[in-house]
Amino acid sequence: MFLEIKDLSVKIENKNILNGLNLNINKGEVHAIMGPNGCGKSTLANVLAGKEDYEILNGKINFKDNDLFDLNIEERAQEGMFLAFQYPVEIPGVNITPFLHSAINSKRKRMNEEEIDNLSFAKLLKSKASDLDINIDMLKRSVNTGFSGGEKKRYEILQMSILNPDLAILDETDSGLDIDALKIVTEGVNRLKTKNNSFLIITHYQKLLDYIKPDHVHVMVNGSIVKSGGSEIAAEIEKDGFQKFQ
Amino acid sequence: MNSETLNTLDTYSKNKYKYGFVTDIDNEKPKKGLNEDTIKFISFKKNEPDWMLEWRLKAFSKWKRMKEPKWANLNFPEIDYQDIYYYSAPKGFEKKPKDLSEVDPKLIETYNKLGIPLEEQKVLAGVAVDVVFDSVSVATTYKGELEKLGIIFCSIGEAIQKHPDLIKKYLGSVIPAGDHSFSALNSAVFTDGSFVYIPEGVKCPMELSTYFRINAENTGQFERTLIIADKGSYVSYLEGCTAPKRDDNQLHAANVELIALEDAEIKYSTVQNWYPGDEDGKGGIYNFVTKRGLCAGKNSKISWTQVETGSAITWKYPSCILKGDNSIGEFYSVAITNNFQQADTGTKMTHIGKNTKSKIISKGISLGKSQNTYRGEVSFLRKADKARNYTQCDSLLVGNKCGAHTVPYIDSKNNTAVIEHEASTSKINEDQLYYCRQRGLSHEEAVSLIVNGFCKQVLQELPMEFAVEAQKLVSISLEGSVG
Repeated sequence: MFLEIKDLSVKIENKNILNGLNLNINKGEVHAIMGPNGCGKSTLANVLAGKEDYEILNGKINFKDNDLFDLNIEERAQEGMFLAFQYPVEIPGVNITPFLHSAINSKRKRMNEEEIDNLSFAKLLKSKASDLDINIDMLKRSVNTGFSGGEKKRYEILQMSILNPDLAILDETDSGLDIDALKIVTEGVNRLKTKNNSFLIITHYQKLLDYIKPDHVHVMVNGSIVKSGGSEIAAEIEKDGFQKFQ
Repeated sequence: MNSETLNTLDTYSKNKYKYGFVTDIDNEKPKKGLNEDTIKFISFKKNEPDWMLEWRLKAFSKWKRMKEPKWANLNFPEIDYQDIYYYSAPKGFEKKPKDLSEVDPKLIETYNKLGIPLEEQKVLAGVAVDVVFDSVSVATTYKGELEKLGIIFCSIGEAIQKHPDLIKKYLGSVIPAGDHSFSALNSAVFTDGSFVYIPEGVKCPMELSTYFRINAENTGQFERTLIIADKGSYVSYLEGCTAPKRDDNQLHAANVELIALEDAEIKYSTVQNWYPGDEDGKGGIYNFVTKRGLCAGKNSKISWTQVETGSAITWKYPSCILKGDNSIGEFYSVAITNNFQQADTGTKMTHIGKNTKSKIISKGISLGKSQNTYRGEVSFLRKADKARNYTQCDSLLVGNKCGAHTVPYIDSKNNTAVIEHEASTSKINEDQLYYCRQRGLSHEEAVSLIVNGFCKQVLQELPMEFAVEAQKLVSISLEGSVG
């Protein structure tokens, strides 16, 4: 199993958020999690990425034959986990080039691969940026600083395509995107998809799933998955809302 | 011999007598403590003319009547001035390490991280080396080139001998000996430092640095630097080195004076990385520095850039006196304190002339149990019509046992003055750290990246090659502080 979440319960500040959640993802699969606001979708994403504010009450997560709880945030990232944030944070004064260059090299180091040099990295960055319609001027700015909502999301996908993760978690990447931006972002995701990597797409609306075809759709309510199936579930939700699952 | 010559000779010999010079003073080992004999000894050792000795003694008599300024947010035990050597010769006299294996391995580790070549490491660590390898020839080549342009770049001691007119005119003209007790102390006992004179209309073609001065290794604890940029000239001066310097002296009280005449510009950059003391706050340099620049002429400009990471105590306020109309003063500062370090640093901008402008960008970063204070004074005198100041001071806290303080003073006697002040204090942002780590950067790398980003506005003011080293230094200063 590539990612196996077993009976996961999590709380934050005395509030239970996840309640006995189970989820299995195989290599090459695209999973979508849908659910109403506050159901714990983003918490799941952050627990997977290793954010330290949560208290794990119960459960196990296995990722690529590792006990995920043995790895800290950066080790998980270096093992190939990527989280495209819902609200990417601004980091003033830090340029994307050295930032991503160090990021990719720390991953390569862990994988015992040779580090990528400045020139090859600059070329890589440029070509991936042009795929996503990101102009060179934007690469000269500080990470996420002064970006519009849509620019930030495209920037997340740019980072994802450079780090080329094994498991990419997209946390409401579609929120705040107009239709053109949504197309660019989803094309970026589809370009990256192979039979060796997996995606976990967290979304509130079905619209995103018109562009990225999931193999499995899960409905999440009150911190656990209440229904799983194919893309027909997404259509169901679009029609009737989350009401009937609660 | 006419009577006048006789008279002069007479006075000369009387003076000699008056100051009690005896030849065997030469053989005496310098003693600890501060008194007239110490000053005479220094002046004699440096073969100084009488007027210089008199100048020193005047400063000393002022010092005796003064008290240390106590308004800074600093805590340190009483300094025992009688327990200090005032001549640089005993520095490392017996303690000089024979080779690098005798030097603190932590220091060597830092040198390696900074990418400093082995031979340079030896010089920095104070290892006795017979020849200062490449830098000597480099220095000589540079010196020749500078001389062709009429630029004077030598030690202050040499300038006292060779350029007495310039020294008499400018030394102490910006920082009077009696300004405060540390300036009086420095004036009485300074032993080394740099002298720069850029002639009218000359743009100095290279960054001048103490590093390239042949006797650079012996910069003492009471450094004195004087830089004069004549009309329409330009000079960029670098002080110090990014590598931590081994030093046995605990008290440092340097004075730096800059004078920019009409249309002249001086850019002065410092990276201060003296020994900060250990993790428990033991040891470390007390750094009491007075730096002041005078924009004497119209359209002149003085720009201070400093990166302060070392010393147990930093007390330092590089200032500009904007006397000439349209003159500009700038101050860019990064001060990082870690462990038990204390820094009280900032600037003073005094607007005297019309249309004078000043800009202050200060970035303070506190870690560990350190205290970091920005103290600034911006004043507009009555005739400073349409003068402007912009101040921005930002403080960043890493951890919850450190402190950041901002103490700005503004005083305006002219109602056409425009003053802008922005200040912020923030804790290092957990979301930023999380974001960086999620991309695969370690906690330490993430902190260093964020702090470097925070300082960027200042670091980019440094000359290119210096900026790269300073960035590395910032990262090193943060080490061991997170977790």
